[in-house]
Amino acid sequence: MHFASKESPVVRYRKVSKSFGDLTILKEIDLDIAPGEKIAVIGPSGSGKTTLARLLMTLEEPSSGTIEVDGEHLWHKNVNGNLVRADEKHLLSIRGKIGMVFQHFNLFPHMSILRNVTEAPIHVLGLDKEEAVERAITMLKKVGLANKLDHYPAQLSGGQKQRVAIARALVMRPKVMLFDEVTSALDPELVGEVLEVIREIADEGEMAMLLITHEMDFARDVADRIIFTDGGKIVEQGTPEQIFYKPESSRLQTFLSRFRAG
Amino acid sequence: MWSWSFTWSTLPYILDAMKMTILATIVGFAVALVGGMILAMGRRSKNRVISLIATAVIEFVRSTPLLVQLYFLFYGLPAIGISFSPFTAGVVGLGIHYSAYLAEVYRSGIDAVPHGQWEAAKALNFSKGKMWWRIILPQAIRPVVPVLGNYLIVMFKETPVLSAITLVEMLMAAKMIGAESFRYLEAFTLVGVLFLILSYASSLLIRKLELKWNRT
Repeated sequence: MHFASKESPVVRYRKVSKSFGDLTILKEIDLDIAPGEKIAVIGPSGSGKTTLARLLMTLEEPSSGTIEVDGEHLWHKNVNGNLVRADEKHLLSIRGKIGMVFQHFNLFPHMSILRNVTEAPIHVLGLDKEEAVERAITMLKKVGLANKLDHYPAQLSGGQKQRVAIARALVMRPKVMLFDEVTSALDPELVGEVLEVIREIADEGEMAMLLITHEMDFARDVADRIIFTDGGKIVEQGTPEQIFYKPESSRLQTFLSRFRAG
Repeated sequence: MWSWSFTWSTLPYILDAMKMTILATIVGFAVALVGGMILAMGRRSKNRVISLIATAVIEFVRSTPLLVQLYFLFYGLPAIGISFSPFTAGVVGLGIHYSAYLAEVYRSGIDAVPHGQWEAAKALNFSKGKMWWRIILPQAIRPVVPVLGNYLIVMFKETPVLSAITLVEMLMAAKMIGAESFRYLEAFTLVGVLFLILSYASSLLIRKLELKWNRT
């Protein structure tokens, strides 16, 4: 199924495969992400959905295939008509368009909440301190933590940490944000506050989002498109209605029924 | 027998030599801190040649005695036209020797930084240098400060070995006093007491620093 978009895609996976030794995680994935599009990726664990995001964040390198961001190759450089492996300098020039929120937050424990959010704007984007602080406080307000500026990550709950991590990624103003099972490590009562924040960001619309999630209700509410991965392939994709109410493949049907059974 | 008046008369000479001991320790340790970091980073390098060289240096230095290294620097190298003053040879020797040990200390600290910190730094598009400087090293070094501090004290206590390359530090000063007066008891006792006082004071200082850092 294809989703025609007038705008050219902000991310384009072409025949992307990833294997670790003999183990193939992704098999020739083709995927376009339109600007501002919200995509939820669901599927059994080990189906390759996290790897899909990690390749785009340049945390893993594809075994084959290409990924383009904003029309430019991410992992390759065009040298005299040949695609060659990109160097760190090239990765630095493209990676800034992508942001990521991790399952385990990965806040910087030696920095205050405010510094967690200002560090990259100052030292990566080169903003002056005042501007970075202003931007950071705006973001921390958005996630409801502007009252914790001087706290350290260890003093926050899991839900608060994850909201700081979201602010830290947002402040860089990426074109695409990756959310990698961001509620999986949280106590159940803290999941809601994090999903609520993501929902608000999604409603603002400008940024494309790839949400890898086990929260089916959330996926259905937020996503424009749902992708179901299994065995390293995109088995089925469509609107939330199609995926949740008219699943075609038997694998998706089985997956959903297991989920509904709890 | 013990003579207090002789003890007091030698004290100024020994205190003077103590300055040299302390200076050699500080400069030597500074060399070791920087050298250890270079070796630790070299060992992690993706470049096989650099990593092999760093590993070889660490293994070589750790497998040979400090005294031999100092003799080599001070008495050996002039044969090929490189000569150092006793002080320079001493701090270079101590510095290189301890950098091999500190490299391992740094390595353990770096290895203990969770993988997610590297990933978060990368996701925020930090350059390699800034990632190390701002994210990884502050987290890697803090927990190993006590170990670094212990090495500082160990190194301090090993400075008398520099007397072998004619540096007039405390032990050498005491030997010279003994040779002139034929009284060794007071001078060597003083050296021992001064080492005890300084080592103990530094260990207290390090503990204080450790507590202060752990609070934040």
